[in-house]
Amino acid sequence: MSHLEISNKTDGCDAPATVQEDDQSLTELYRQMYLIRRVEETLLDLFSKGRVSGTIHTCIGQEVCAVGVVGALDKSRDVLWTNHRGHGHFLAWTGNAEGLFAEILGRASGVCGGIGGSQHLHAERFYSNGILGGAVACAVGSAFAEKYKQSGAVVTVFMGDGAMAEGIVYESLNLSALWHLPVLFVLEDNGYAQSTPKRFEHAGEINTRAATFGIETTTMEASNASEVFSATSQIVSQIRHTMHPQVLALRTFRLAPHSKGDDTRSPEELASLRDSDPLPAFRAQLIRLGYDLNALESEVQETLERSLAVAETSPPAVPFI
Amino acid sequence: MKYLASLNQSLGRLLAEDSRVVVFGEDILDPYGGAFKVTRGLQEQHPDRVLTTPISEAALVALANGMALRGLRPVVEIMFGDFLSLCMDQILNHATKFRAMYNGQVTVPITVRTPMGGGRGYGPTHSQSIEKLFLGVPYLDVISPSVFGDAGELLERAVRRDCPVLFIEHKLLYPAELISGNSDGMTITSQSDSAAFPVFRVQNYETGNPDVTLITYGGMGRFVPEILRHLAKEELRVLACVPTRISPLPCDILTEAACESGRVVVLEEGTLTNGWGAEIAAQLQESAWGELKRPVRRIAAPDSIVPTARQLEDAFLPSASLVEAEILEMIE
Repeated sequence: MSHLEISNKTDGCDAPATVQEDDQSLTELYRQMYLIRRVEETLLDLFSKGRVSGTIHTCIGQEVCAVGVVGALDKSRDVLWTNHRGHGHFLAWTGNAEGLFAEILGRASGVCGGIGGSQHLHAERFYSNGILGGAVACAVGSAFAEKYKQSGAVVTVFMGDGAMAEGIVYESLNLSALWHLPVLFVLEDNGYAQSTPKRFEHAGEINTRAATFGIETTTMEASNASEVFSATSQIVSQIRHTMHPQVLALRTFRLAPHSKGDDTRSPEELASLRDSDPLPAFRAQLIRLGYDLNALESEVQETLERSLAVAETSPPAVPFI
Repeated sequence: MKYLASLNQSLGRLLAEDSRVVVFGEDILDPYGGAFKVTRGLQEQHPDRVLTTPISEAALVALANGMALRGLRPVVEIMFGDFLSLCMDQILNHATKFRAMYNGQVTVPITVRTPMGGGRGYGPTHSQSIEKLFLGVPYLDVISPSVFGDAGELLERAVRRDCPVLFIEHKLLYPAELISGNSDGMTITSQSDSAAFPVFRVQNYETGNPDVTLITYGGMGRFVPEILRHLAKEELRVLACVPTRISPLPCDILTEAACESGRVVVLEEGTLTNGWGAEIAAQLQESAWGELKRPVRRIAAPDSIVPTARQLEDAFLPSASLVEAEILEMIE
């Protein structure tokens, strides 16, 4: 099976279907990235003020993966599974910042009544769990169900490079290919398994592993949302047609710790990563193209503040019986 | 009707009546039909919904979870109960978590079937009864048919249930004849637990109170007719109480049965420590303290491994004669 490399282009707006569609999708991708970034920065701030119980895993720096991939899915029928680092995926899928804030702040109005919390989010056809690798195999089961029901759905599952060390991931790859199931495995390769760099985690290349199961892997930098969106659209369309799984391997990086207080990377490494932050780069690109983002950003900020205010004044969670 | 045929026909009915039912496991393709033949003949009739799988026990339960969340009713066969250790994460951290952690927005109607138990000389890793590791897991039903009633009917009930179910069969019961009516000096009646699973009451007397209450389930239930017959000759009245849903426990029914005699023996095939009997003993000392004439007596396998050699395995596993001796000692 081929191992497809997509080069990292500096200009991600080539070959749009129409100018209008392109305008809409570019600003929409930016709006979602900005929302995810601001929601998670707000969550970290709330955490530092002692207002979040437990922990949170942010995807600050990785937002391109969420908006590029999720934007390419058919939200009326597709199914999405994700992991502990799922706020971005959830927001890209639902746009529901208020439900997410309420969930993480332990309110009854949270998307899971405040019982699931950050790592255990649910919305229609959206499932997340905090056990690494476990959801990958559940996603394969969901794909069987969708294929059996002839729903036309593609099931996407996000996993990190850390999960690629879990045995059940390989059982999942095998079964999905053996049974020709419509699964898109998205590998968000941020180079770290919690605090452990990939060189202490994996022998060999992780991006070539799926090929041995007859699963095509597309590898690309997750630096440009539009490029990830285009690549995912193409892959999802292929999976819908062929009913055979594929892997999309996205090279990305976290700008924030794994959860909090567990970042052992050097200041130099972090500074260099900040220089490559895709969000300001995307903003600059859009401004160069003539977009005015101030209104959009103010609107996101207002939504965020309103959502947080509603969540914070909602009644506390009640037990599930 | 034999235990095996009852289960096999039950799966056939489920597949025929409900297009959401999917049955899968290792080596279940016909003509082989599964290691213990419970699925024999099903794949030929329903090739799209009876699937043989790779040897990937963890993923099998995960597949079931993903299917169930998307509207199917999967039934997974795990070839030997011992292999459930490989499924623990999917049962504990996935199947039984989704409904509660998503605040009731989903259900996970999966059934994981597996044979437990020794007596076949399969040795330390293919003869265990490890269901105690799953007892008390919140939101998990553990069902274990014995020789009483209809094993297949229990399986249908399990598959139609909306919660995850672990369905524990016993290797030695597959060829056994199911006992449904009164026979051989035994009177069999049943009560229903809170989820309408039967708790069988088997007694060797017609009137009055029992001298001893024997609480057991699953494979050990096969000893009940023999124990009751032998002890009747000793003029001992024995009430055997045999739940089919072994977790959560039918505490009210067990308490009532315990109070009838005040002397309770709990029999299980798994190892003793932290077992089913320990939980029953704990519950009864809370619910029936003043009514107990003797401490609850647990009979189980020693805290060791199931040996392969026939004579060692026979000595290791609880037997009818051991139970009879313990009961006689308790009465004295």
